[in-house]
Amino acid sequence: MTRTLPRPPGALLGLVLIALLVLYAGVGPYVSPWSPTDVDYGALSEPPGAGHWFGTNRIGQDVFAQTARGLRKSLLIGVFVALAGTAFAALIGTCAGYFGGWTDRALTFLVDLFLVVPGFLVLVVVAPALRGAGWVAYAGALAALGWMLTARAVRTMALSLRERPYVAAARHMGVRPLRIVRRHILPHMTSFLITHATIATAGAVISEAGLSYFGFGVQPPDVSLGTLIADSTQVALTYPWMFFFPTGTLLCFVLAVNLVGDALRSALDPSAAPAEVPA
Amino acid sequence: MAGRALARITRSVTLLLVSVLVSYVIASVALSPRAYFEDRTPRPPASAVDHELAELGLDDGTPVLARFGHWSWRALHGDLGRTLDGGSVNAEFGRRVGVSVRLLLVGTVVGTGLGVLAGVWAAIRRGRLPDHAMTVLSFLVLSVPTFVLALLLKDGALSFNEGVGHTVIRYTGESTPGRGGTWPSRLADRASHLVLPAATVALGAIASYSRYQRAATLDVLAAGHLRTAQAKGLTPGRALLRHGLRVSLIPVVTFFSFGFLALFTGSVFVEQIFGWPGMGSWFLDAAQKGDVNSVVAVCLFAAVAVLLAGLLADALLLVLDPRVRR
Repeated sequence: MTRTLPRPPGALLGLVLIALLVLYAGVGPYVSPWSPTDVDYGALSEPPGAGHWFGTNRIGQDVFAQTARGLRKSLLIGVFVALAGTAFAALIGTCAGYFGGWTDRALTFLVDLFLVVPGFLVLVVVAPALRGAGWVAYAGALAALGWMLTARAVRTMALSLRERPYVAAARHMGVRPLRIVRRHILPHMTSFLITHATIATAGAVISEAGLSYFGFGVQPPDVSLGTLIADSTQVALTYPWMFFFPTGTLLCFVLAVNLVGDALRSALDPSAAPAEVPA
Repeated sequence: MAGRALARITRSVTLLLVSVLVSYVIASVALSPRAYFEDRTPRPPASAVDHELAELGLDDGTPVLARFGHWSWRALHGDLGRTLDGGSVNAEFGRRVGVSVRLLLVGTVVGTGLGVLAGVWAAIRRGRLPDHAMTVLSFLVLSVPTFVLALLLKDGALSFNEGVGHTVIRYTGESTPGRGGTWPSRLADRASHLVLPAATVALGAIASYSRYQRAATLDVLAAGHLRTAQAKGLTPGRALLRHGLRVSLIPVVTFFSFGFLALFTGSVFVEQIFGWPGMGSWFLDAAQKGDVNSVVAVCLFAAVAVLLAGLLADALLLVLDPRVRR
């Protein structure tokens, strides 16, 4: 099986979109004549035009610059949560699957426990206490509540990998368990983990946006796409540009990540549905 | 068989108890009911606040586990304690639980039902217009935060009502306040309030279930036993219905309990946005105030709902998959 991305249009579109958005988040603030914190008192709630490409908000800040700044924070949170969550899931999952016995039972119980209490509820309770601790603490909390399903899948894979002859051979040669996990178990999961991390990025960005709506997202003076969208929902009909540009940016990003994630999944997963149904 | 069912239920109950302990500890550590009392004007003396907190069982001088012990002893006797305002948590629970359950039930049934149908349809029409349309639509729905979806639907309903010139779809509250009338008209009133919230909750479920069901159906369509079924003379449609659907539902059912978790989260947003006095809006309100007892009550409800969904998924799996029965 060739490891190429099938159905290029979707995956390619996704990759191009992601590249463009990263570019926007990275160099957008330097291209725009306005910085995110500049206030243009002569242009309050101004529609998009030559002076302000995406218009201005109610206190005269440039929506283009604000969206770039929000996107940057959302991207950072998304990537951080995806990496931390996936790494943690890989650790827990492989330990549970490889060591079995009591380790497995305890870790599986932990996974089930995290699945019983909706993570969203926990975040609502914890978020105010994290205020002032910065976005990394916040992203850490998001990651701590979103690793369970990946861990479960990793465990199942580790269970079957453990029985492979080369793993048994390594074991009988006296290789230490953690080294076996690192050298012989984890490498077989990289494609799966990459796919999951990709999709988790989109999930984290969406979660942050949702929490922002209730004021549990990134805290001011920081802004994220979520807080920009949440702040502009009240005026979505009267000043549509304030709502449209951050929402559109979020939509593009999540859509692009999902397209790439879907393509990765069908490219890397040998058990995925065959390319064509036999007639 | 019976032994395994018993073990499964024991495990659920254990999970429930531990999850209640965990949510009690998290809520007690993260929330500050003291601030709620101290923020009143004129600022009450510390001794009065201490007294009030002690009355509610929230005294922050006592260790968390001791407070939990006290709370759980009462809870085992059916008393979930009192809210910060001194009302009974049980009474509030009773008032709100029906509202949430209705939303969750309708959302789950409509969401999974339509999602599975849409997935099968997309798989049969693979590579053609319905498949592409379903894929694009579900990706769009999954790429938007729930609250944006709810607001878009609200705007849509607003212009629909204006277009028709009559308020067909209502989008605030769970029923029109003070509305009397016969029961059919009351039922119609409730239904017109239910449309948008249920649609918001269900749309996300439809989008994700249709993706899963589509993939599962495609796997089955490629399976040998379906070709055999056609070779013995069944039409492709009948073969899929008789021999394929059941097999394809198995992976989707295992996704059900997690899908329910996502749906539950969605319902919290929906209750808040559409002004439904359910468990979700109670939770947000209580978390803001630092009302530990109410927060724990909603966590208890959530845990029970999620565990029931898990048990339901297991029961469905038992019906669908004879290998599990052995």
